[in-house]
Amino acid sequence: MSAPLLSIQKLEAAYGQIVALKGIDLDVMPGEIVTIIGANGAGKSTTMMSVFGRPRASAGKIIFDGQDITNKPAHEIARMGLAQSPEGRRIFPRMSVLENLQMGAAVNGMAHFQVDLERMFVIFPRLKERINQRGGTLSGGEQQMLAIARALMSRPRLLMLDEPSLGLAPLVVKQIFEVIADLNRNDGLTVFLVEQNAFHALRLAHRGYVMVNGQITLSGTGRDLLDNPQVRAAYLEGAH
Amino acid sequence: MPITRALREAAFAGLVAAGLAFPILTLGTELDQSNRLVLEQRWSWMAISAALVCVGRFLVLILASAPTHRVARAPLVSPALTRLLPSVSVMALFLFPLVMLFWLGPQGSLKWINNYGVQILIYVMLGWGLNIVVGLAGLLDLGYVAFYAVGAYTYALLSTQFGLSFWLCLPLAGLMAASWGAMLGFPVLRLRGDYLAIVTLAFGEIVSAVLTNWTDFSNGKAGIMSIPRVTFFGLPFTASENGFAATFGLEFQAIHRTIFLFYLILVLALITHVVTLRLRRLPVGRAWEALREDEIACRSLGINTVNTKLTAFALGAMFAGFAGSFFAVRQGFVNPDSFTFMESATILAIVVLGGMGSQLGVALAAVVMVGGTEVLRELTFLKEIFGSSFDPSLYRMLLFGLAMVVMMIWRPRGLISSREPSVFLAQKKNVSGALVQEGHG
Repeated sequence: MSAPLLSIQKLEAAYGQIVALKGIDLDVMPGEIVTIIGANGAGKSTTMMSVFGRPRASAGKIIFDGQDITNKPAHEIARMGLAQSPEGRRIFPRMSVLENLQMGAAVNGMAHFQVDLERMFVIFPRLKERINQRGGTLSGGEQQMLAIARALMSRPRLLMLDEPSLGLAPLVVKQIFEVIADLNRNDGLTVFLVEQNAFHALRLAHRGYVMVNGQITLSGTGRDLLDNPQVRAAYLEGAH
Repeated sequence: MPITRALREAAFAGLVAAGLAFPILTLGTELDQSNRLVLEQRWSWMAISAALVCVGRFLVLILASAPTHRVARAPLVSPALTRLLPSVSVMALFLFPLVMLFWLGPQGSLKWINNYGVQILIYVMLGWGLNIVVGLAGLLDLGYVAFYAVGAYTYALLSTQFGLSFWLCLPLAGLMAASWGAMLGFPVLRLRGDYLAIVTLAFGEIVSAVLTNWTDFSNGKAGIMSIPRVTFFGLPFTASENGFAATFGLEFQAIHRTIFLFYLILVLALITHVVTLRLRRLPVGRAWEALREDEIACRSLGINTVNTKLTAFALGAMFAGFAGSFFAVRQGFVNPDSFTFMESATILAIVVLGGMGSQLGVALAAVVMVGGTEVLRELTFLKEIFGSSFDPSLYRMLLFGLAMVVMMIWRPRGLISSREPSVFLAQKKNVSGALVQEGHG
């Protein structure tokens, strides 16, 4: 097997006195979809955010494509080909959809803007209809699509998605997860996904990690975790 | 809203007004014949103010609750007019001093060109400069006047101490102010909102305190006098033989200099405007706006937020520096009194009232705010009603406060709240500010 695209080694991080991550080990191989599932406050989002240096790792290492990025500033990490669609979408509400997408392409100096824009219109036809509209006027699902499209505009080698299903109707969640699966299957895009919606996430992912209290307690293929009685009891009973 | 509830709330507002008016308006001290202070009671004043507030509140409540089914308010200026407006108004501005000169003659037109024209344009330029920092980049700056002061003192000191010409000092003043802007930018990089406002406020006060107290450098409160006046590219505006008037075979008139100053500030303001418009379409301008919207998203999209903030501070400061050196060359005298917090507040009010980020709105607000002050001076007929000691311009702050309150009710996002996107696919479409929830856009 080749070297991992993203490798998190013994990562620890804290918010002031409160330790959020207590030694995380995690690998994302090229072409994989990897997910972290877990309850609220387990440290899933913190893991993802600390890749971008917020919060900074207090111990451990983050390696992307063979390079240590643990202490790099966020904008340099983004320039290496790592894109993030942060939790809560965080699109630019007063700027138009087109301007939002331009911001996504800012990393590579808008080199392939037109081509990529057309591609986004194919993946998310809704965005084409809304192109001159303000980001803030889109529906929740459309905003999530915009957030993903914006991240894709930089032609990332690794796409990190933080809770893409947050606050969306089940049908829209399904759509979004289908898009992620397609991107992975057709374009070989590597995806690192943080999700509360364990059922959808594990069905989509090749591999998954289960996080409890700042530690990884279980890992395995998505199928294995779906069938794991512990996981079922903790995260899947009563769901879907 | 039911009438009874509106009445109750109006009565309550009236009561509050009466309570406030009691110590402020009702009790007054006057000197009697033997020079003793006597307490004067003006109960009618309290009654009038309470009644005014009561009626006003009632009307606001009733009118606000009137059923309106408009989804979006129409923009104040229709889009078609907005597109035509820039070229028409720029033409009108270029013709303005000449029209005034022929219409009112050199004496009569002076007031219009100087008090209205030049004065308003200075604030338009300052408003546009601050608009980069506050309107586009979303960094609340309460000490903007510091950069105006830096520009003014740069020209004042370089010209009086080293004899440098205005045209050389103008870019230097801009550069100087820009570097001070970047210097302020560094310590406040991690601050936002209220905290940023406090630090910038302090910065403005520090600059003014230094100018007041470091007398060896700035001559303190006494200020710097006899700053060289503006020349027409080397030709002084004097009655001498090598002056502007003699060279062009004109009769010498003081108005020539004022007209030249008018064109100078007009060109400077237009440069500010054009640069801002161009920048908005460039990556750095888009990054400013994105930064205003969401800093975390910016960072994860590979935007260097440090550089983005510093360029916003530096560029905004640079235009204040230009305006400052213009101020110095126009007045021929600078002292710290011209650069008080009130100036910062006025410029910020222009930006906020105009609609943050809107160039046209800022220009309109400057006309209203600065022109309004001048108009107040003109209302001499009020003296006949209220007595000869009545000075309408003293009520400036009162009206200013009233305007703020009315604006917050009527147009909380400023005169022009719609933001025009910098790029379009297919056709242009303005989105009204009313369509986006408060605090989300």
